[in-house]
Amino acid sequence: MASVFDQERAAMSVARVDLLLISQMVERGARVLDVGCGDGQLLRLLAETRDVDARGVELSQRGVNDCVAKGLFVVQGDADTDLSDYPDDSFDYVILSQTLQATRQPRRVLEQMLRIGRRAIVSFPNFGYWRIRWQLATRGRMPVTKNLSYSWYDTPNIHFCTIRDFVALTEEINAKIERAVALDSAGQPVGVSAPWWVWNVFGEQAVFVLERGR
Amino acid sequence: MSSFAAASDLRLREVDAPQSEVAHFGADQPLAMDAGVNLSPFTIAYQTYGTLNEARSNAVLICHALTGDQHVANVHPVTGKPGWWEIMVGPGKPIDTDRYFVICSNVLGGCMGTTGPASINPATGEPWGLDLPVVTIRDMVRAQAMLIDRLGIDQLFCVAGGSMGGMQVLQWAASYPERVFSAMPIAAAARHSSQNIAFHEVGRQAVMADPDWRAGRYFDHGVRPLKGLAVARMAAHITYLSDEALQRKFGRKLQNRAAPTFSFDADFQIESYLRHQGSSFVERFDANSYLYVTRAMDYFDLAEDYGSLAKAYNGTRTRFCVVSFTSDWLFPTSESRAVVHALNAGGAAVSFVEVDTDKGHDAFLLDEPDLLAATRGFLDSAARARGLMGAR
Repeated sequence: MASVFDQERAAMSVARVDLLLISQMVERGARVLDVGCGDGQLLRLLAETRDVDARGVELSQRGVNDCVAKGLFVVQGDADTDLSDYPDDSFDYVILSQTLQATRQPRRVLEQMLRIGRRAIVSFPNFGYWRIRWQLATRGRMPVTKNLSYSWYDTPNIHFCTIRDFVALTEEINAKIERAVALDSAGQPVGVSAPWWVWNVFGEQAVFVLERGR
Repeated sequence: MSSFAAASDLRLREVDAPQSEVAHFGADQPLAMDAGVNLSPFTIAYQTYGTLNEARSNAVLICHALTGDQHVANVHPVTGKPGWWEIMVGPGKPIDTDRYFVICSNVLGGCMGTTGPASINPATGEPWGLDLPVVTIRDMVRAQAMLIDRLGIDQLFCVAGGSMGGMQVLQWAASYPERVFSAMPIAAAARHSSQNIAFHEVGRQAVMADPDWRAGRYFDHGVRPLKGLAVARMAAHITYLSDEALQRKFGRKLQNRAAPTFSFDADFQIESYLRHQGSSFVERFDANSYLYVTRAMDYFDLAEDYGSLAKAYNGTRTRFCVVSFTSDWLFPTSESRAVVHALNAGGAAVSFVEVDTDKGHDAFLLDEPDLLAATRGFLDSAARARGLMGAR
């Protein structure tokens, strides 16, 4: 089993190191829904290394067909509209990896995730990352980085946020942060005890585990 | 003897003495039908491929469509053509007969050896005709379940089928959830739509309007309503294709002529094609059987039977793979999506593939790489979960 994990690590770009981190956050045998599962990379990782009951939702039909051909349980659907089909508490974890910024109603999506799952795991690119701030400040143009390579006019990413913005939203929807990790450009965690502003500057992406607040 | 007469003789022989395995169910095992009658005795004709393993856990039941039959992957005894799903079923194919024990039975109401209106009614020694109780999809599935019992199989590894076969798959998973490890309804729906009932009614009226139909007793008069049945088939065949595919294949091309003849001959290739579809269909199919199987589809409505579609599958442990085709307007993607929504609501393990194709409803019978890949992936993963990996 470890070998699969190692192969995945070798094959995975630093940009998707969040997937490895997420897979380690999920306990064995859990029921998991991956929203925006793409070609099923995380689902396969979860199924093969964590023995979870993994399901996926993916917007692109091509991605869905590829996943099903790999033997994964995936349906075509839209995070913004189709999560309402699932009953309350259907999953232990609902995962949204690098997709939040592409949804039309991020707040609504997060609320749905916390309704149908006991926990939500969200990873997203941090728009407060220093390189992005630097580009905007020095060039006066919308930032284009290695991991966010779209131009403003053709990007699917319509709702960027910073780590601090995200934390504010979790407070607004009364979600409890169970765990949070910021990853730097090398895919390494930014100091755990560092204050939020350090994360918000040096974290290229962040992974949050949320629970429903009381 | 003309080739048509020869084919008709073959067809008649298949009704009561088919070149298939046959399971007879006697007076001690009546079939309780939705029409409120017990059918007894009755017969099921079926084909099998591959070998049942020792644990009896590798059986795949294929359910055939409206005018299909049990000859999935062997030469057809009447038409001499290859089996109707050889692209999908066979050694090394997605439904791999080196690995799975594949069963396909002729549906109740059919005309290839399972009891249907052309079969002899043992009470009278005459063909049943319209005396046979009206058959439903659930009746077909009940009969199949009795066959599966007879074969000593508790749980099917998979039940798969397209169109009316997909309806049977959905019924199987609803009626016998614990007997279906995985299910693959393709180009199907959980109910027959109003438009589809309308098409079927046109077909039945074409059969019944043929003077040779003789109120369903044509066999008493040595005739058959061939014209009516052919028209029914022609009309239905259009619904299995798509405008785009017809345009691509036939367009406005003329048939073996340079200019229109200013007559009602089959000037256009599409006319000639449809006439051929009609005339070759009547060689192998019984007109009353066509009435019965179309009726079975019309009556199908799982949500009505269970209160809601979600209730039909509440708590099911069956693994599902639902497949639809973009250009299928007879069983459009929205119908499959309704099934998927209900399964999601019930927490079922479900995959849903919509295959991009211009080939319409008939695409489920054709070489569609996404369909074949999805089937292979779905069954491989189910086989791992069922512990069938040793077979390969």
